[in-house]
Amino acid sequence: MSGALPIERVIPPGAARRRLRGRDPLLAGCVVVIAALVLMALLAPLIAPHDPDASDILAANEGSSLSHPLGTDSVGRDILSRIIHGARLSLLGPALVVVAATVGGVAVALVTAWRGGRVDTVASRVLDILFAFPGLIFAILAVAMFGTGLVAPVIALSIAYLPYIARVIRSAAIRERALPYVEACQVAGMSPLRICWRHLLPNLLPYVAVQAAVSFGYALVDLSALSYLGLGVQPPSAEWGRMVADGQAAILNGNPEASLYAGMAIVVTVLAFNLLADRLVRRTAQ
Amino acid sequence: MPEPVVAVEDLRKEFPVPGAPGLVAVDDVSFELERGESLAVIGESGSGKTTLARMLVGLETPTAGRIEIDGEDRSRPGRRARERLERGRRIQLVFQNPYSSLDRRQPARACIAEMLDLHFGLSPDERDARVRELCEQVGLDERQAGALPRALSGGQRQRVAIARALAVRPQVLVLDEAVASLDVSIQAQILNLLADIRAQEDISYIVVSHDLAVVRQISDKGFVMEHGRVVERGSTVDLLDAPQHPYTQLLRRSVPGPGWTPQRRQRGVHA
Ligand SMILES: Nc1ncnc2c1ncn2[C@@H]1O[C@H](COP(=O)(O)OP(=O)(O)OP(=O)(O)O)[C@@H](O)[C@H]1O
Ligand SMILES: [Mg+2]
Repeated sequence: MSGALPIERVIPPGAARRRLRGRDPLLAGCVVVIAALVLMALLAPLIAPHDPDASDILAANEGSSLSHPLGTDSVGRDILSRIIHGARLSLLGPALVVVAATVGGVAVALVTAWRGGRVDTVASRVLDILFAFPGLIFAILAVAMFGTGLVAPVIALSIAYLPYIARVIRSAAIRERALPYVEACQVAGMSPLRICWRHLLPNLLPYVAVQAAVSFGYALVDLSALSYLGLGVQPPSAEWGRMVADGQAAILNGNPEASLYAGMAIVVTVLAFNLLADRLVRRTAQ
Repeated sequence: MPEPVVAVEDLRKEFPVPGAPGLVAVDDVSFELERGESLAVIGESGSGKTTLARMLVGLETPTAGRIEIDGEDRSRPGRRARERLERGRRIQLVFQNPYSSLDRRQPARACIAEMLDLHFGLSPDERDARVRELCEQVGLDERQAGALPRALSGGQRQRVAIARALAVRPQVLVLDEAVASLDVSIQAQILNLLADIRAQEDISYIVVSHDLAVVRQISDKGFVMEHGRVVERGSTVDLLDAPQHPYTQLLRRSVPGPGWTPQRRQRGVHA
């Protein structure tokens, strides 16, 4: 038997691919950045060097110093502390939008993919109508009706994002539903609900993750824009979009720090989520 | 006279075709399957075999006719959960394609365990013991039982599918071209496995196939379908060795038998 091939040693193609998949420094980088942002939001009171709302007119528009690493804004609040605390509202809003839109969108997708026929046709028409309203217009309408703050824009954007998620997941779900294993589950006697929950959904999770990541980036931009326009989070709450707007006047005086750093926080976060989505797409495509 | 485990009467399936009369895939098919018997459904591609099998397991609604399984009327797919489970416990299907009839995220063991959980209230220990028993019965070793479908060969996957179907101890197992996608030596293994299982368990088979060699190996009687109609029926031996209907004769002739040698085409060989 000395000449026998060591068959156990031969790596099956699946394993080789998984090994390749495991090494994705960009993906790992995105995950680290996002985890850091979330930690920053959670631990804000512990890590922020100053009270984000404590103003000190005498120390307004200061440059970078040991006490204020990113300087102070036009009323003397510590910019770094405001960025750190701002992560809370800035990330909470998109997170709520993503959870609501994803849960709703996936539910619609699974029901339409499962039932097909008339249910699918009617649902698709309703989604088409929703598509016709840009999310921001929706949100501005909601603010006009329910007032400024985080709640109205979050609800409006959840509804506005739902059709996008539903459409993408629906087409993946239709493909998945056509696989014979779904019929095998039916023959086994499983209920449609169980098949969707235990088999279809887990198999669709990679697609859901991608949609959630993409939506998070868009929701952050949209919510920041609304805050910037004065329709979202109100001053003096720390929120990145709000900070960009509040810092605007100081830009003309040659003190762009407040707006600049808040804008950078938005860009970095959006970039991390979009890159994450991109890497996840590649992973599922492999 | 014991009652047959499956009795099918004038079963018919029409698929709607836009702007034309419906396509009749199964046309007034009747048959009975006795307990412990193995029945072959023979016919070439498009003759309606799969449609018939799908109606039996409740994946397709018959246009007309009656299906009785284990004395119960199962003419339409069960609407309520209990009906579906009851049907599933009596009749199971092994699909043609072992590559896509298993959930790619589910290891073999979990697939079988899920089936047991669905139908029986076993304790975790009892369930695991039964999973081991089933894996052993179909010849899956420990590694294979824990492996995802993508790490298994076609034959191994089909063993998993058979174990999943056997988990409920069904009275009838429908095999829709269950070995057609496997290569010949694996086919023989799976056919032997199925023959062993029938010898051990109280189970009947409905073997759907266009492959007469397969039919000969694991069925006692059968019928031949052409364009959805039954054109001839009888014992497998008679059907294969003394076909009466021209269509059966044609099927028979198109199979290489003893004494058949491939005609090699003469090719001009030039240097
Ligand atoms: N869902 C469907 N809708 C419309 N026509 C269908 C459908 N399923 C099957 N048919 C048609 O019914 C006829 C019988 O198909 P069926 O799959 O039962 O044949 P088969 O004998 O199993 O063939 P094969 O050996 O190729 O599997 C075919 O003409 C097929 O095109
Ligand atoms: Mg078929």
